[in-house]
Amino acid sequence: MAVLTLREALNQAMSEEMERDPSVFVMGEEVAEYNGAYKVTKGMLAKFGPMRVVDSPISEAGFCGLGVGAAMAGLRPVIEMMTWNFAIQAFDQIINHAAKMFFMSAGMYSVPMVIRGPHGAAHMLGAQHSQCVDHMLVNVPGMYVVSTIDPADAKGLMKAAIRSNNPVCFLESEMMYGREGEVPDGEHIVPIGVGAIKREGTDVTIIAWNKMTLLAHEVAEALAEDGISVEILDPRTLQPLDEDLIFASVRKTHRLVIIEEGWGVSTIGTHIVDRVVKECFDELDAPPERVTNHFVPMHYNERLEHETLPNKERALAAVNRVLYRS
Amino acid sequence: MASVMEMPKLSDTMKEGVVGKWLKKEGEKVTAGSPVVEIETDKATMEFESPASGLLLKILVADSGTCDLGAPIAVIGKDGENWQEALNKHMEKKGSSAKAAAPKPGTPAKPAAPAKAATPAAKPAAPAKAATPAAKPAALTAPVASNERLKVSPLARRIAADKGIDLAHVPGTGPNGRIVLRDVEAIEPGQGTPRGAEATFGGFAAHALPEGGVERVPVTNMRKIIAQRLTESTQTNPAFYLTLSVNMGPLLAWRKQTLAKVSDDKKFSVNDILVFIAARALRKHPEVNASWQGDHIAKYHFVNMAVAVAVPAGLITPVVRNADTLTLPAIAAATKDLIKRARDGKLAPDEYQGGTFSISNLGMNGIEEFTSIINPPQAGILAIGATIPTPVVNPKGEIVVEERMRITMTCDHRVIDGAVGSEFLKTLKGYLEDPVSALFQV
Amino acid sequence: MPAPSNDQLVSFYKEMLLGRRIEERAGQLYVQQKFSGFCHLYIGQEAVSTGCLNAIRKGKDYVIGGYRDHVQPMVLGMSARAMMAELFGKATGCVRGKGGSMHMFSKEGRFLGGHGIVGGQAPLATGVGWKIKYSKEDLVCLCFIGDAAINQGQFHEAMNMAAIWNLPVIFIIENNLYGMGTAIKRTCALDVLADRAKGYNMAQAVVDGRNVVNTYTQMTEIVENVRKTSKPILIEIQTYRLRGHSMSDPQAYRSKEEVESERAKDCLILLKDELLKRKLATEADFEAWEEDVANVVEDAVTFADESPEPELSELWDDVLAPEPEGLVFNADMYRTQAETAALSLEEVMARR
Repeated sequence: MAVLTLREALNQAMSEEMERDPSVFVMGEEVAEYNGAYKVTKGMLAKFGPMRVVDSPISEAGFCGLGVGAAMAGLRPVIEMMTWNFAIQAFDQIINHAAKMFFMSAGMYSVPMVIRGPHGAAHMLGAQHSQCVDHMLVNVPGMYVVSTIDPADAKGLMKAAIRSNNPVCFLESEMMYGREGEVPDGEHIVPIGVGAIKREGTDVTIIAWNKMTLLAHEVAEALAEDGISVEILDPRTLQPLDEDLIFASVRKTHRLVIIEEGWGVSTIGTHIVDRVVKECFDELDAPPERVTNHFVPMHYNERLEHETLPNKERALAAVNRVLYRS
Repeated sequence: MASVMEMPKLSDTMKEGVVGKWLKKEGEKVTAGSPVVEIETDKATMEFESPASGLLLKILVADSGTCDLGAPIAVIGKDGENWQEALNKHMEKKGSSAKAAAPKPGTPAKPAAPAKAATPAAKPAAPAKAATPAAKPAALTAPVASNERLKVSPLARRIAADKGIDLAHVPGTGPNGRIVLRDVEAIEPGQGTPRGAEATFGGFAAHALPEGGVERVPVTNMRKIIAQRLTESTQTNPAFYLTLSVNMGPLLAWRKQTLAKVSDDKKFSVNDILVFIAARALRKHPEVNASWQGDHIAKYHFVNMAVAVAVPAGLITPVVRNADTLTLPAIAAATKDLIKRARDGKLAPDEYQGGTFSISNLGMNGIEEFTSIINPPQAGILAIGATIPTPVVNPKGEIVVEERMRITMTCDHRVIDGAVGSEFLKTLKGYLEDPVSALFQV
Repeated sequence: MPAPSNDQLVSFYKEMLLGRRIEERAGQLYVQQKFSGFCHLYIGQEAVSTGCLNAIRKGKDYVIGGYRDHVQPMVLGMSARAMMAELFGKATGCVRGKGGSMHMFSKEGRFLGGHGIVGGQAPLATGVGWKIKYSKEDLVCLCFIGDAAINQGQFHEAMNMAAIWNLPVIFIIENNLYGMGTAIKRTCALDVLADRAKGYNMAQAVVDGRNVVNTYTQMTEIVENVRKTSKPILIEIQTYRLRGHSMSDPQAYRSKEEVESERAKDCLILLKDELLKRKLATEADFEAWEEDVANVVEDAVTFADESPEPELSELWDDVLAPEPEGLVFNADMYRTQAETAALSLEEVMARR
């Protein structure tokens, strides 16, 4: 066990996998000579050379498609998107090509590929740099979606993603790259599709992922002072979802709040509510609540940005509503 | 061997085909692969090639004619060949194939005439609107059975089912009266107290009421609170009733004399006297001036007397605070002010909350005797009837006429036992029949 | 210049004839409602696929293309049966009825797909080129795109990356003059489409794609040069689509005279003339070949017609590639949910 930052954990996972498997390479904007826009790939060029750590032109659709073609022909590309906002340029390649190739070729050509980068709002970056696309990605069959800021989970999931024979969209967080945590050394795999209970509780389940898990912990601490016991569930993988874990937690607490960054229409949260209402209907003591961004493009102004994003006040109010506390 | 030309499918969204124009006339020579007809699809008009070489023997769907995809549109063959025979043979063959396009309903089934009218017929006139609106089915006007569905969280519903609790009898404490986990957790299996007011309209459920026979009066907030609190009272209070009769003759005589002597601003009603005297009787019996609190009983060392007042919107009980310490004119003044403002809807919440005991008087309406519903969390209420000249047998055994008033007390048995309630009523009766003893708290 | 041998010319003719006749038959079958969806015919362009794909190492070099893809995989070795059955959406189709007209794939021909998003396959070709260079392989990747795809952004990104990294990718613009119904003159400022290469400092060539001898000869030289130098090239092959863009194309955007004059330059007719001129075949040979091809076509149609539909259980197949054990969980949850739902539906039906 060593204490690593999120960026170091990701770097370690990629480096270990590149040492293990020569077909793995990393490509993206500024990943090599600049050492990564957010320093996730720091030192990797020196270690693996320019054929395996490759600076791309600013052509998200182009180098994402390059990854698809290289994967079809047998390599295992790790494509870094400087942020998932820019990956929207590459949605044709992700949705129309990466996710569908194995299917369209009836199993002839698989796409073992990771597309990774920071996701969601950072701080005061305005409308075009502060978005969530996770809910768009999970609604595409033929690929997985992983989202985490926990250094240990990030390492284990990144190793699993690189070894996977299918496209994996890997969602990180700009603000959290410096976040530290204990990370197991060497071979540490967190399987895709397995969630984790990050805090055990009995009165209410909060489902949150990526940096919303921090807000969930903040809310849980505040409520613990009132004797309310909050369970925090981090799905870690958003596609496929660990539904059994979710159902088990809701069956225990009978109350569900989902804190989800991003706009609230037709989202992962709405999907979870749909599944929970179907599978745990008789276990619910209150309608599930969701805390999401307000339905506006992101403000630059700090106060308005804070208000637009899910925040402690709104999260507490939602938890109190499902507990019938006024 | 003649061949039959069919209406081609030229796009996936094409549902039927329209012959735009024939490029060749009947009897003209056509060659395979050369355009012979224009077909209009939903997207465009396209030339369509002849499938065979020969003579265009027969055009089956004329210019501008419409037919189903796959329907025959022409017959091509050699000079002298019988087109009808060729077509019949073709249709026979197609008939045996499941894929053959079925003739459209309304299209003549005769193979020789598959075409719809080539000239667009005038559209049938829109059906005339019925002169009178169709009579509404009577049943549809029946009122909804109950204006409030039972609202229960799924978990509470399941637990109630497990425990055998009748949810109709469980008060809900969640939003909009939703029955939630905490409401069913405390209830023992098989229990549940009768649910009150909500069901009163239910009896009409199955019957279609004549239109106009029912007026739906919107429920005011005050009406809602009355319904909720009194329902809660009847559901949670094990209530019993004590009635006795009081000789009001001496008191009324005293009042008459006294009123003649005092100025207008100090005048008082019989009800004011009742408040004054009951408050003093309560001070003597704090066990009645009390409240059930679940794990304890609260006895009050002050008397806040709630006085039921009918107002246009319903019923309200303004509270005369510390009635046991006020003089009669002070009670009269306070009550007068409260009642006036209650009728004007101007009472502040703390003026109708916090009562420890209640009095409801319907005597002025000629009601001889009635029972009241306790106003929770109080433990008792006095129902005052009319004072009526009544023949009674006096201690001497003579039948005399006295001014008699009947009082019925509703008691919360969790707080007040029969004997305790009787003791209080005995004191009250004594004070009323001998007001001087009230003054000295005998 | 490596000109085709006489034997090769004869086999080219037979190959192109099969492409022509099977597509003519496909067109008929489409209007007879034997299959549905889109149907983009290649008629008139056969010399391009025959000329290019005989110039590579079939089954080793990679080929990727757009949605006008009935003929290319057959030239690479896929059977007429697999093609026709795919049009019919049958379980015996080359991708088991998952693709239809636009999405043919072939493992044995290393045909990486017919792709439906205009220009979307160009970055994939660059990626294949990256793989070849990364693995130091002696291979090339051929990427067919239509003339209109050169206006698509992804095409430029793909060209740029192939050029900066010297990847062995041969981008082939099949210039049939029209992007659907819009003349390329109206959408591209260049007179010579291959000039797009100049922006990327990339080699370029223009090939007359109506003449298969010429196409094959030039392509053989280009392919071997790219194999040797690992430098990409952009080739404009001039051809003509004798049929509409799709089956529902009224072709109002071009004159009958233009189509007629192109028919005179039909690649099949040109090759036939060449064979006659060189005395490599007689009219009797041509008739015999027609009959042979007709038999192959009818066999393919019968095979497709009689082939079974995919099983309903195949609905869930090939969505995700198999994974190493213990790496991924819950990936089949939607399948499980759907099956559970189907079961309860059956139960409901049973109760009726």
